[in-house]
Amino acid sequence: MENHKVVVVPCSGIGKSLGTVGRVATYKIIERMKPEKTRTVCLALLTMGDADALKLVRKNPCIAVDGCPAQCSKKNIEASIGKLAHNVVVTDFLRKNRSLKPEGVIELNDQGDKLAEIIAKAVSEKVDEILHEEKCE
Amino acid sequence: MTLATGKVGIICCSGEDLAEGTISRVATRLVLEKLRPDQTVTLCLPLFLAGGEDERAFARVFPTIAVDGCSKKCAEAGTKKYSGKPVATILVSEVMKKYPHLKVKSRERLEPQEMELATKVAEEIAKTVDEILCKTAKK
Repeated sequence: MENHKVVVVPCSGIGKSLGTVGRVATYKIIERMKPEKTRTVCLALLTMGDADALKLVRKNPCIAVDGCPAQCSKKNIEASIGKLAHNVVVTDFLRKNRSLKPEGVIELNDQGDKLAEIIAKAVSEKVDEILHEEKCE
Repeated sequence: MTLATGKVGIICCSGEDLAEGTISRVATRLVLEKLRPDQTVTLCLPLFLAGGEDERAFARVFPTIAVDGCSKKCAEAGTKKYSGKPVATILVSEVMKKYPHLKVKSRERLEPQEMELATKVAEEIAKTVDEILCKTAKK
């Protein structure tokens, strides 16, 4: 069986710190928590219909990490007919962790980084689940 | 639809897979927050596809600068495809050629050298904003 990686796709949110939280969470997963099992792709490439990006999200299970309810990452994966296996939205985690107030787009504050860590751990667990299910199929 | 006066739109690629994408995003925010806060606005590029007609009207309302990390030029192409032709494009990889001593590695948190490069890109964006506003004022 072909070894698939899970493609973690954060949104490109630039207006608020929520997008930065999603991106920092993604880098924690792909660079530190699950570097062998995950990778990412530029969301703009998907938006543009780049052939390699389309092939990647159609062949591998994807997790969308969106900052806000506009859910640009999820919608762009769906529009690309990608294999959306799971999706998370930063605002949902924020509701469960009301003491954390993320601030900063250029550089995330410590509370935002803590929120990113919580999201990264939750998504990392999901990565293992998804790959385990793929193996069993 | 007519162009809004006094504001320039900036659309960056944000390329999450490349360090140059992070530079494009940080440079854009530096312009919005510090260099030209009263003259610039932005929009998340993927909102062109995920959003509605209001988002897709962006480049028809504001003269727009695309800021791209790599030669695939997603911000330029995406803005043109979904909204309107950008007035100018700034390519991070081209700006990097002028400053070969500034190396880019990190996608997550920018080191001082990378922040210096982001500042150089931001200065180019700000200069282009001024040129566009100067031209539109003359019209």
